[in-house]
Amino acid sequence: MTRLVTQSIPTISVDDSSPLLQIRDLEVGFTTQYGVVPAVRGVSLTLYAGQTLAIVGESGSGKTTTAQAIINLLAGTGRVTAGQILFQGRDLTALTATEMQGVRGSQIGYVPQDPMSNLNPVWNIGFQVEEAIKANSDLRGKALRARTVEVLQEAGLSDAEDRLKQYPHQFSGGMRQRVLIGIGLSSRPKLLIADEPTSALDVTVQRQILDHLGTLTRDYGTSVLFITHDLGLAAERAEQLVVMYKGKIVESGPSQQILANPKHPYTQRLVAAAPSLASKRIQAKKHDEAADIYSSGGTDTALIDRAAIREELAPSGDLITVQGVSKMYRIRTKGLKYTELLAVNDVSFGIKKGTTSAIVGESGSGKSTVAKLILQLESLTSGSIAFDGTDVAGLKGKELLKFRRRVQPVFQDPYGSLDPQYNVGNTIAEPLLAHNIGSRRERQARVLELLDQVSLPAATQFRYPSELSGGQRQRIAIARALALKPDVLVLDEAVSALDVLVQGQILNLLTELQTELELTYLFITHDLAVVRLVADNVCVMQKGRIVEAASTDDVFDNPQQAYTQELLAAIPGGDFEFGR
Amino acid sequence: MLWYTGKRLLQMIPVFFGATFLIYFMVFSLPGDPIAALYGDRPVSPGVIAQIRAEYNLDKPLIQQYLLYIGGFFQGDLGTTFSGRPVSEVMASAFPITARLAMLALFFEASAGILVGLVAGLRKGKLFDASALVVSLLLISVPTFVIGFVLQFVFGVQLGIFRTTVSGAAPLDELILPALVLASVSFAYIVRLTRASVSDNLGADFVRTATAKGLSRPRVVTVHVLRNSLVPVVTFLGVDIGSLMVGAIVTEGIFNINGVGGTVYDAIQLGEGPTVVSFIAVMVVIFVVANLFVDLLYAALDPRIRYAK
Repeated sequence: MTRLVTQSIPTISVDDSSPLLQIRDLEVGFTTQYGVVPAVRGVSLTLYAGQTLAIVGESGSGKTTTAQAIINLLAGTGRVTAGQILFQGRDLTALTATEMQGVRGSQIGYVPQDPMSNLNPVWNIGFQVEEAIKANSDLRGKALRARTVEVLQEAGLSDAEDRLKQYPHQFSGGMRQRVLIGIGLSSRPKLLIADEPTSALDVTVQRQILDHLGTLTRDYGTSVLFITHDLGLAAERAEQLVVMYKGKIVESGPSQQILANPKHPYTQRLVAAAPSLASKRIQAKKHDEAADIYSSGGTDTALIDRAAIREELAPSGDLITVQGVSKMYRIRTKGLKYTELLAVNDVSFGIKKGTTSAIVGESGSGKSTVAKLILQLESLTSGSIAFDGTDVAGLKGKELLKFRRRVQPVFQDPYGSLDPQYNVGNTIAEPLLAHNIGSRRERQARVLELLDQVSLPAATQFRYPSELSGGQRQRIAIARALALKPDVLVLDEAVSALDVLVQGQILNLLTELQTELELTYLFITHDLAVVRLVADNVCVMQKGRIVEAASTDDVFDNPQQAYTQELLAAIPGGDFEFGR
Repeated sequence: MLWYTGKRLLQMIPVFFGATFLIYFMVFSLPGDPIAALYGDRPVSPGVIAQIRAEYNLDKPLIQQYLLYIGGFFQGDLGTTFSGRPVSEVMASAFPITARLAMLALFFEASAGILVGLVAGLRKGKLFDASALVVSLLLISVPTFVIGFVLQFVFGVQLGIFRTTVSGAAPLDELILPALVLASVSFAYIVRLTRASVSDNLGADFVRTATAKGLSRPRVVTVHVLRNSLVPVVTFLGVDIGSLMVGAIVTEGIFNINGVGGTVYDAIQLGEGPTVVSFIAVMVVIFVVANLFVDLLYAALDPRIRYAK
């Protein structure tokens, strides 16, 4: 039943006698004006040389705090309040600042989460790698430079020598992550802490980078402490698993065992909600309706039922027809010269009323540009887009406003798309005000109705975005989009920034609303697992073109194009079958 | 980078002509007849007035006056004051004094401001930080002339360390006290700006990563925090060079310095068009050049601007 990608299993024998890292009853607290708030509460774990251990949990579970406590990188007022962190028998919590400086980099490497913000924008790449090597070795001059190039080449930057003088903003996210991995491993540390090293990257890039990291750490015999929210990834890349929830370890042991047979209710919920796993189960359910083997999957059952109803309801004829659409951007390169970038190249597809269509692709594939073209936020270079029988390209003034009322967007970042100075009620009522709909009293009533539809209490209307969680904010963004009673929602990576459990809730809400309000959805996402959960039809985009378009089942069960197969293969944990 | 500099230099041209024309226009639409004012209550024959008007080109239409003036400006002829002294000579005596004072003030505010701001930012919430904030608030809220008189009294009169007034040649050592007074408000702003910027950058992800590399604290602070924090400070300093160079009427008044501020003030009072416009034309050039300098420095500090498309 359980199959593991063989290449990621470290083969170095485990020396049971002396653990490399042993954390005992670790407690970390953050001092606030109301006293010390505990973030990590009595965590103990053991990591042997050559082993890979993953800490899994949602945001706020204390997983990153635990990792940062090891090399004393706790943010702000964070402090280890109790417990020991033994590294090769030495208690790291008792070290002075100078002693800790000797451990960081040379003994314990660190690969941070977000490649965009973890390289200093004002120094070139060569400088930032060089200073790491310089701090932990006696290499200087030419030898230092040679080693810098070597480190970057090992990390997978083949043209490192030519790119040393370039700056972080000239590198893609994947490239930057390679640089950070290079820095983390530059001094051949015994332990590497990798804090969500690929969560900001596309699946295919993620796979390449994790494969590479796996090879390097195996070659050097480096132990790896993985921090991740992605169960599939943890199962695929680590042999030991620690599940954290609210600062405590709720379950630990060999990863396949835990994921195949989760004991703790939280782990069970996590396994059930992980979309890469759950999506398989929807399919199983669809193919074999009689066998009710997943009694606990409330979310999934609901989703399946609604999917069935939706299919019955779907009438013929397209609500949106995209015909031969292209979008060209002019980019200034040097001086007055321009190059032309064809972001969207001759794309055609149709969306039926009441269905969910998804456009899938990596960053740079042009999927978001298609969304902007449909929303009339960008102008077409060629082709046509028809909505409900009328060409939307030439819409102006009142006609355009009318179109905007019927097609509403929901964006990715629930932190950036809500005005922090506006309370929730005003935020939701704003579209009504902008389109001059209803009296004050009517708008107020509509806000309450919408809050109810997205399952938030009425009192939420007086609160501000900063007081709400990511999931609550995304509910509000959806409520705002629904305020004008649109026919179509364009959801641009609308659930990508959310934890798996919250993601599941929002997807559930969206399918509920779809049947209730007869909505048509266009999902723009890089996450195939999400697509499988909610979409009826899929368009796979690569470099501006649609390479494959078919029903969701066809794309997943019988992918025709090599690129689609590659995308599917790159889903972490895709090779796993899990029990409950 | 060359393209960037060239573009900025081209942008200076319309700014220069626009600003000088506006000033020219404003000075000549000031109420009162400067020629009549020269003679006060004494009777004067219309012929003499017409002659003087012709001499100063005051009888021609505004746009022609302006073009004549600008033509002369580029040939090095800035006109003469009503007392017959060439404007260029007045400038040659006033600008070096103001420039010395401004550079000294700039040196004080930049070095002390960045240092105090850095330490305050690193020790946010501690005693040093709190005192720095209180002192800077005090310097911002108390008017310059009060600070000037107090320092003049304490250091000049009571302690006798500095001369209370500056002599005609205005040597550097006599300008120390006035420069401190002139620098005080900007110093306070720089402290606050640097402090906020440093404390922001301390929390940046790349600073944590730099620490994780095994770098020492001083290196992390100087290499990864300070350089990034200087970008907004440099912008402020650039604008400040401009305002320091155009003179400080109050400070110059307290310490009896014959700099730009006082000269322009007097010229405006007399309605001396050529003097005012010439001084201001030079100030505009200084402002624009200072801004160009800041933009280049900005680009040097932040490669993202250098390579911006």
